[in-house]
Amino acid sequence: MPMRDRSKLPLRPVAPVWAMMAGLALLSACKQPPASRIDADAAAAARGLSAMETVGCGACHEIPGLDWPKGRTAPSLVGFDDIGPIAGQLANTPANLAAFVRNAPAAKPGSLMPAMPLSESEARDVAAYLYRIDDD
Amino acid sequence: MLEPLWGWPPPVLDPAGPYAEKVTVLAWALFAMGLLVTGVVIVALWVAIKGPPWIKSKLGGEKVVWIGGVAFPAVVLTILLVWGLTLTASLTQGITGKETRIRVTGEMWWFRVQYLGPNGEVILNDANEIHLPVGEPVVLELRSADVIHSFWVPHLSGKKDMIPGRKLFLRVQADKAGRYGGVCAEYCGGPHALMGFVAVAHERAAWEGWLAERHAAQAAAPAGPAMPGRRIFLESGCGACHRVAGTEANGLIGPDLTHVGSRLTLGAGILPNNHGTLMGWIGDSQSIKPGNRMPSYSMLPAEKLDAIADWLGRQK
Repeated sequence: MPMRDRSKLPLRPVAPVWAMMAGLALLSACKQPPASRIDADAAAAARGLSAMETVGCGACHEIPGLDWPKGRTAPSLVGFDDIGPIAGQLANTPANLAAFVRNAPAAKPGSLMPAMPLSESEARDVAAYLYRIDDD
Repeated sequence: MLEPLWGWPPPVLDPAGPYAEKVTVLAWALFAMGLLVTGVVIVALWVAIKGPPWIKSKLGGEKVVWIGGVAFPAVVLTILLVWGLTLTASLTQGITGKETRIRVTGEMWWFRVQYLGPNGEVILNDANEIHLPVGEPVVLELRSADVIHSFWVPHLSGKKDMIPGRKLFLRVQADKAGRYGGVCAEYCGGPHALMGFVAVAHERAAWEGWLAERHAAQAAAPAGPAMPGRRIFLESGCGACHRVAGTEANGLIGPDLTHVGSRLTLGAGILPNNHGTLMGWIGDSQSIKPGNRMPSYSMLPAEKLDAIADWLGRQK
């Protein structure tokens, strides 16, 4: 797997020794590095979390950053930033994720997650939040 | 809660009608009096420590104790008590004429809501939501089915306990249309903190329209007669606790679901009401509201949850 351009990652003050350790970890790890792959906008992500609270995604999903509810009818979204294909099937792109959270049965025929009352821009914000989950 | 009760100004200091306004006035008056007494005590304390000797000797006398410690509080507290009770007496006044009447029964852990006709007969069953006309007093008849609950919509009135075996009145009034959050304000066990409701104030005509729509829906057969969700709902035994008018489901233990599709919230004012949250609530309400009396139907596959939610969502 090619190393990514670290300048695209969210900026954080990193001490040189930690940077070196992170670099070594990157070289040795088979898994994605512990940072979100899609560099989503923080403001969009914040709007996304509030949209998720408003429509009640937590009724079925455990979502990092949402204290309540933590429903168990559908899969937990802990570690969602590290998943492979969306819902095990769709290419993991922001556009696909936004389409899926808004109208899952349309994005993935047969999906049992219902369409949710989100506008297109809200769905993009929700996708931004999900990509920013960084809980590992 | 779906309708937040936090933020600034706090709802208690932001009355939306005459009854709540009296409570706000009372709250400010008591606060002011408390501030005054605290001020007097601090000054007296300061004088007693740092003041000139002649004042100290006066302050140490028995007379000061009798006047400042007995007579003053007795008079002030009596005046405040009588004034406060007089001010808020109208909040708990029963029916005097043709006021709109709504019976609200506290249950562990939700609110049963019944709209009453002029003779006290039930004309509409609902839950966790109170719709009222703007600009006129509405008399709520408060009851409890189990333990002591307390009914509180801080924007619209004072707080009133719901006591088992008793019928108590509370008047509410909203002077502008809108939604006002409410909660159970007396610890009633388990998921008490997740026991809320929404009061929705409409202009008079819109309120009558809302009521008429519910009646029309109830008079017609339930929506989606041939939908699989209806069959699954009935087969799964939901009707043992829930009623849907026009079907065999006639349980009275849980909230009446005849109009569940038109409600703003699920789970007693805590979740938004949409297809997804309805599926999540039926599938595993215990993870959302631990200890509530509806079991988690995690044995139902998602296809069935989807079908039930689809059918219930149409029950307006």
